[in-house]
Amino acid sequence: MIKREKRRYLALTVVTEQPPSEEAVLDAVQASIHRLFGEYGASRANLRLIKNRTEKGQIVVCCSHKALEQVRAAIASTTVIDGKVGAVHMLGVSGTLKALSKKTETN
Amino acid sequence: MKRFADLNLRAPIEDMNKTENMVRKASELGYSLVAIPLPFNIAKEQISQLRKLCSEEKLHFAARVTFAPKSSNELLQSLRRYRRKFEVIAVRCDTKDVARQAAKDRRVDLLQFSVTSLRKRFFDEAEAELASQALASLEIELAPLLQLTSISRVRLLSRLTREVATATRFKVPVTVTSGATEELLMRGPHDYAALTTLFDMRLSSALGTLSDNPWGIVERNRKKLSADYVAPGIRVVGRLADD
Repeated sequence: MIKREKRRYLALTVVTEQPPSEEAVLDAVQASIHRLFGEYGASRANLRLIKNRTEKGQIVVCCSHKALEQVRAAIASTTVIDGKVGAVHMLGVSGTLKALSKKTETN
Repeated sequence: MKRFADLNLRAPIEDMNKTENMVRKASELGYSLVAIPLPFNIAKEQISQLRKLCSEEKLHFAARVTFAPKSSNELLQSLRRYRRKFEVIAVRCDTKDVARQAAKDRRVDLLQFSVTSLRKRFFDEAEAELASQALASLEIELAPLLQLTSISRVRLLSRLTREVATATRFKVPVTVTSGATEELLMRGPHDYAALTTLFDMRLSSALGTLSDNPWGIVERNRKKLSADYVAPGIRVVGRLADD
């Protein structure tokens, strides 16, 4: 039996002059992963958009748990989002969406 | 729980609003200590004002100065004059002569090297050996890593990997700082720790470079700067009242 891949859910918040779309943020982070770790690294990261908590200004993405540190480094090194200067901060990381929302609520 | 520190928050102190925003951001990101580089001739009142601003945001503040001497004599003069005024002393080593002097001087806390001109990075084995016998720590600023692009970033990463390996081999402590000049370049301590894995640092050591090492420097210097300090291992524990 093939083992299910473990995931990590990451809650992100974006700092820019104009709030970008969630796809633009995901593209910026993907581009950053690509720049730092190449195509192989990007394929291992398996980054996907989960949901957009617009009311809180947060975006939730998920990645492979094996590539968490690479994704974190890529998120930290993101400086341009949708052609504008910005920054992406990570609010929390967890193995389940339920635990993640608990974590980000308490912070 | 780890206490994180940023020993190089380059806030523009002439613009107090911007400084306040950066200090607030540092507190939000989870730091408990920030050191802001200050000019040599800063008034004590201005330092107190910054200390007050940080304490309002529940942050410890450390006064830092960065010397950029042209010769080792100039460095010695500056150290003699200003060591007792600042809690953190960093030396920007642009010549080999200055780098060697700074590495062996026990009054120097941080060794800083150029990020744009890699020929001016003198952190080799000889430098590491000198630093390991003194108290100096290798400072790695991460803001340039965010700003540089393509080949210059690749070269810097490659050089940092080599320097971190040398520092580890000679047991020279490494201190990671932000070097952020604006809010958009500031990142949380865990994000910086993830970035340091790019130059082959283990995550546990990376967290140490953002917490134990910088806090160690500040606490050691605060002890030395206190009125009770006499010499290494000797301090005043109480005073008898005069008759």
